[in-house]
Amino acid sequence: MTGEIVAKGIYKSFPGRRGRGALPVIDGVDLQLSPGEVVALVGPSGCGKSTLLSVLAGFETADHGTVHIDGEEVAGPSRKRVLMPQSPSIFPWMSVSRNLMLVQNGAPEAEKRRRTAELLEMVGIADFADAYPWQLSGGMRQRVELARALVVQPEVLFMDEPFGALDALTRMQVRTEVLRILLQNRLTTVLVTHDVEEALHFADRVVVLSERPTRVVRVIPVPYPHPRPDVRAELGVLEDEILRELGIDRDEGRGPARATVKTTRILVPPA
Amino acid sequence: MSRTAPLAEPRTAPETVAVPRPLTAARPAGPSPLRRAAEAVTPLAIIAAVVGAWWVAAAGSVIFPTPPEVVKALKELLISGVLWRHIGTSLMRVAIAYSAATAIAVPLGIMMGWFAPLDRALNPLFQLMRPISPIAWTPIAILWFGIGGISPIFLIFLGSFFPQVVANAAAVRGVGQHYIRAARNFQLSGPRFFARVIFPAALPEILTGMRISLGVAWLVVVAAEMVATESGLGYMIIDARNQVTRYDLVVGAMVIIGIIGLILDWIMRQVERIDLVRWRHDG
Repeated sequence: MTGEIVAKGIYKSFPGRRGRGALPVIDGVDLQLSPGEVVALVGPSGCGKSTLLSVLAGFETADHGTVHIDGEEVAGPSRKRVLMPQSPSIFPWMSVSRNLMLVQNGAPEAEKRRRTAELLEMVGIADFADAYPWQLSGGMRQRVELARALVVQPEVLFMDEPFGALDALTRMQVRTEVLRILLQNRLTTVLVTHDVEEALHFADRVVVLSERPTRVVRVIPVPYPHPRPDVRAELGVLEDEILRELGIDRDEGRGPARATVKTTRILVPPA
Repeated sequence: MSRTAPLAEPRTAPETVAVPRPLTAARPAGPSPLRRAAEAVTPLAIIAAVVGAWWVAAAGSVIFPTPPEVVKALKELLISGVLWRHIGTSLMRVAIAYSAATAIAVPLGIMMGWFAPLDRALNPLFQLMRPISPIAWTPIAILWFGIGGISPIFLIFLGSFFPQVVANAAAVRGVGQHYIRAARNFQLSGPRFFARVIFPAALPEILTGMRISLGVAWLVVVAAEMVATESGLGYMIIDARNQVTRYDLVVGAMVIIGIIGLILDWIMRQVERIDLVRWRHDG
């Protein structure tokens, strides 16, 4: 089984602009995923989660540190590790099936066609093979996105808030679908999200990241088998724990904290 | 493929319901038939009013023709075949010059848009040339190519080449980073990358540039024919004016030029609606 990720001592900063110093983004992150593992990265928005994902996928190079996938150093983007971005990047100028055929460039024609049909079947959009992406709903577009990512048989899948652009209902639906497919394929996956509940829904481990420049604050194992509807209470406890790490206390408002809030409100004159 | 309806969940799926509708769409049946009829008739009425005013104003003039005189003159020229010959000549010049300009401007613009050093090398020159009216080149064109033949084609080429090449480079620079990233991720490169990703991604704007520059070409051909040649619709105007009493032909040619320009623009708008570029508007 393949898909082992080892990232060691990742540092990354963006070059400063006119007069300003460099902006540190990633401040020494170590990360290790065993084959088939699903890990979620959660952190405050703008903390550098997406940059970290870009480094892992080879789109950006770290200032220090290395990323190895199955022992091979990551030096650039590759079909062996596919990144699914938040906004759909399936090509809207070609049909769904043409999208899947194009990325398999190099394989024999019959094989390409067989894989395309198989993947479209897997994500449940076989009936829309000849449709253009703009004719599909947002949820279906994300499924095509996943199908295109998987059709090249990657070792690793990176997902950058893949459900961020969907409405709440579609999001739940697509999420369940995607999880089923990931488990079925036993694919090593790194999921970036700011939704803690989503992280717990997917991941074997949740990595909590700090504000920028980001580092790992805590790694929380989620030792429950999939599917997870019957461990909601346990997940709720983990959710509170992660949220507290992120500086959000959901119990606030029940205790003395509420009084403080009220006082503040009274003191501020109405606008 | 000509299917237009969304194939998946209809557009009223939950994710689109929340979008606030403009107030005018609140009425279930859209604008009333009466209002729609009024909206269709108004522009025609304005044109009719202008023609009417022209008719009244020209009625007492010896030189300036009335609308019926223009129609009569055009009819004569259509029957004798002279008008068709001029139209054909002008269209042929535009076809040759515009095709040549497009054939060079598309690949060159794409290369400039992608390879920054090429853009830096050529863009200042093109930006400098672009605001120079092609008509300013007329003396040089006549010096190089003489009256007739190549001269008007050269001028039309200049008029449609520079705006296109600049627009095409900008179109490629504007291609969404997420598409380029996806292409890199799936290791698409070389000619395949340009043909399947960059070109189609930039195509909607390339087509807009092509439409605008065809309009420019049609403007330039008339101007060029008025000075640099002895045939075509532009020449017809100048020739009619030189006969002093034939202002009916001057105006007639102008009407024909307007109608053909409208048709050319309409054709290009149809091209801009092909499935290959519909994503730009629908998704």
